[in-house]
Amino acid sequence: MNLSELKEGQRATIVRVGGSGALRRRLLEMGLRSGAQIRVEKYAPLRDPLELVTGGCHVSLRVEEAAQIAVDHVG
Amino acid sequence: MSADADARTRPRRLTIALAGNPNSGKTTIFNAITGTRQKVGNWPGVTVEKKEGQIEGFGYDLRIVDLPGTYSLTPFSIEEIVARDFVLDGRPDVVIDIIDASNLERSLYLATQLREIDCKVLFALNMADLARSRGLKIDAVKLGELLDLPVVFTVGNRHEGIDELLRQAIALAETGTLPPQKRRVRYTQDIEGAIAQLRAFLDTRGGDALGYNPRWAAIKLLEDDQIIKQRLTERAGEAAAGVLEEARRLRRQLADRYDDEPEIVMTDERYGFIAGIVREVQTATTRQRVDMSRNIDLILTNRFLGFPIFVFFIWAMFQLTFALGAYPMGWIEAGVEQIGRVLDLWLAPSLLRDLIIDGVVSGVGSVVVFLPNILILFFCIALFEDTGYMARAAFLMDRIMHLIGLHGKSFIPMLMGFGCNVPAVMAARSLESEKDRVLTILVTPFMSCSARLPVYLVLAGTFFAAQAGTVIFVIYLLGIVIGMLSGRLFRKTLLRGQDAPFVMELPPYRVPMAKSLVIHMWDRSKMFLRKMGGVILVGSVIVWALSAFPRQVPYHSDYSALERAVAEHYQSRMAGATGTEHPLLAAERDGALEDLRRQKRAEHTRLSYLGRIGQFIEPVFRPMGIDWRGGVALLSGVVAKEIVVSTMGVLYGADSDDQNALGKALGAAGMTPLAAAAMMVFVLLYVPCLATVAAVRREAGNGWMAFSVLYSTVLAWVAAVAVYQGGRLMGLG
Repeated sequence: MNLSELKEGQRATIVRVGGSGALRRRLLEMGLRSGAQIRVEKYAPLRDPLELVTGGCHVSLRVEEAAQIAVDHVG
Repeated sequence: MSADADARTRPRRLTIALAGNPNSGKTTIFNAITGTRQKVGNWPGVTVEKKEGQIEGFGYDLRIVDLPGTYSLTPFSIEEIVARDFVLDGRPDVVIDIIDASNLERSLYLATQLREIDCKVLFALNMADLARSRGLKIDAVKLGELLDLPVVFTVGNRHEGIDELLRQAIALAETGTLPPQKRRVRYTQDIEGAIAQLRAFLDTRGGDALGYNPRWAAIKLLEDDQIIKQRLTERAGEAAAGVLEEARRLRRQLADRYDDEPEIVMTDERYGFIAGIVREVQTATTRQRVDMSRNIDLILTNRFLGFPIFVFFIWAMFQLTFALGAYPMGWIEAGVEQIGRVLDLWLAPSLLRDLIIDGVVSGVGSVVVFLPNILILFFCIALFEDTGYMARAAFLMDRIMHLIGLHGKSFIPMLMGFGCNVPAVMAARSLESEKDRVLTILVTPFMSCSARLPVYLVLAGTFFAAQAGTVIFVIYLLGIVIGMLSGRLFRKTLLRGQDAPFVMELPPYRVPMAKSLVIHMWDRSKMFLRKMGGVILVGSVIVWALSAFPRQVPYHSDYSALERAVAEHYQSRMAGATGTEHPLLAAERDGALEDLRRQKRAEHTRLSYLGRIGQFIEPVFRPMGIDWRGGVALLSGVVAKEIVVSTMGVLYGADSDDQNALGKALGAAGMTPLAAAAMMVFVLLYVPCLATVAAVRREAGNGWMAFSVLYSTVLAWVAAVAVYQGGRLMGLG
């Protein structure tokens, strides 16, 4: 499944980061790389973008960008 | 020590660069080191803010350069390029890397990249107190040992560790050779092999000319780093082609092997290296403690409360800016008037006096008057930024802004546009992507600024009486709609391409520091005053000169004779009147004389160069139902919209400055409601003012400035003509 399918409060492990070069690198720099533990903190009031927490740091990204990240749902 | 003796005679100059992630507390440390002795400018050729401070201490002359906050040193944003270029070519003696203790992993990612460049680095382990409260303990000694560099604990906002940091930085700068790096990123065998091969190739073919650490240069070439490739071509000449070909070959080979781009594989390996270090130096105890920021966000970005609160903050900002700002604005206005009056008394009537009073004082006065608004607005913006709310505003608004091809962060500049376009255009700097920034700058002028309001008030108030409020609201709305449509249009045509990713950190909320707020606010306001003051000054002098020359014009009637006649007429009436009637008669006489003078002024303006230009360009304004006087007013409005109303006052010969009088004069001159609507549309859409044009030029360059002026003026004309002619077709005129 991909990250954009997760609901608020759900946790997951990143399996693979896809997407275009710039986006991918940006995500990697922010610590969103395969193996990283994430939790979806919330969706914005208009359901886009979403906020997630990884390693104590809050990052927001658009749903279409989150759809490029494959994850394993852990609970 | 001999260095000390040397320093006593002539202090040695050291350059210290500060690097670090955004929100790592870098600015706080910079402020703590330099205090108010800082200089804000731009990095050459780009709009990234450059901050520098000059201090003397420990027997040295220290130049502190604040590099832009970045997550890495890849060349994917202007900030990263600027920061990296300074480390590579600016040759700082030492780089202080600010490590956010509560985000060790990500901080170390930047640090490993700095280490690869092979410059002298030391760590400022910042906000360790915050990390500790979150259950993270970091062994600084071990961190320093593992990476062979000094580590200093700092708490920027309490000035802790700052002196020690500087002392260590100086000591490091003064060590002759670089300390050896026992532990550095080792890539997998395949990649290390490719690095070694390329390095050997570089050594024989112009690697020296590049002037960088050869291992680092090889790594960058394998990562397909455009800037290093370009630099190699520039510096190594013909030899470069061979190296680039080899790099391409090795890249292909690696890509085949890993089924992924080499730079991605290398990023992963750097993270692997970092993970090892983090494991050794960081111990995490009770992790999930109460996270204050999270609690605040439960309310501020709440699904139901988020927007209402956001709207309230924006409303409060505008209230503060305009309601509170109105008081000092009034004082400055009065002050400028007073200066004009005093000069009027002091200086003998002459061309120079007119130039000073009508050109310089009133021109500069019209800008200075906005200073309180600008100061308050920038203070609020700084408050939003420093507390961390700005990122939340972008988070809330991104969906809406994305629909019109913009970015969540575009919202703030556009919003500020309703106050004043000049700071709004400057505020577009907060956008990282060049395309988003230019797009925001192009769209912002359609947000109707406060200087345009007086024009609407006069026109709508006169011609739409009861519906004035609705009409003005529609005008504002029209600006927003046209801005949105233009945004979409530009995004589809001129600024096509991939949207910049909206990957943004939501930093923890912080209590802002007063000093930082004031520095922020003042830096930007200073820029407004300096740059815009000059433009407005020149512009108002030009408009004044055009309306003042030629000095001698063939008047229709002999005004001096008329004045004399009026004076004599009242003199004789007063001679025959009782004492109580005298003041009344005197007032009546003064009124009549003032009328004459105004008629004379209006006629002079009509016959001046400005008037002649107005009559020459009248055909341009005719189709929107505006005569030459309206045309001249609009033309002078290019300098600043504040001038439109006063120019109309002069040209239509209104008998006083208030709105009603001007309205009556406009009606008498044959302006119709339809023409007034067309004029409002034109005022809304065409060039906001010279100061904005100057700001656009400064922020986006000559090309975009020319485009912006042309686009908005043509659009304004077409829209105004459409309103007038369309209205007439529907039988409204």
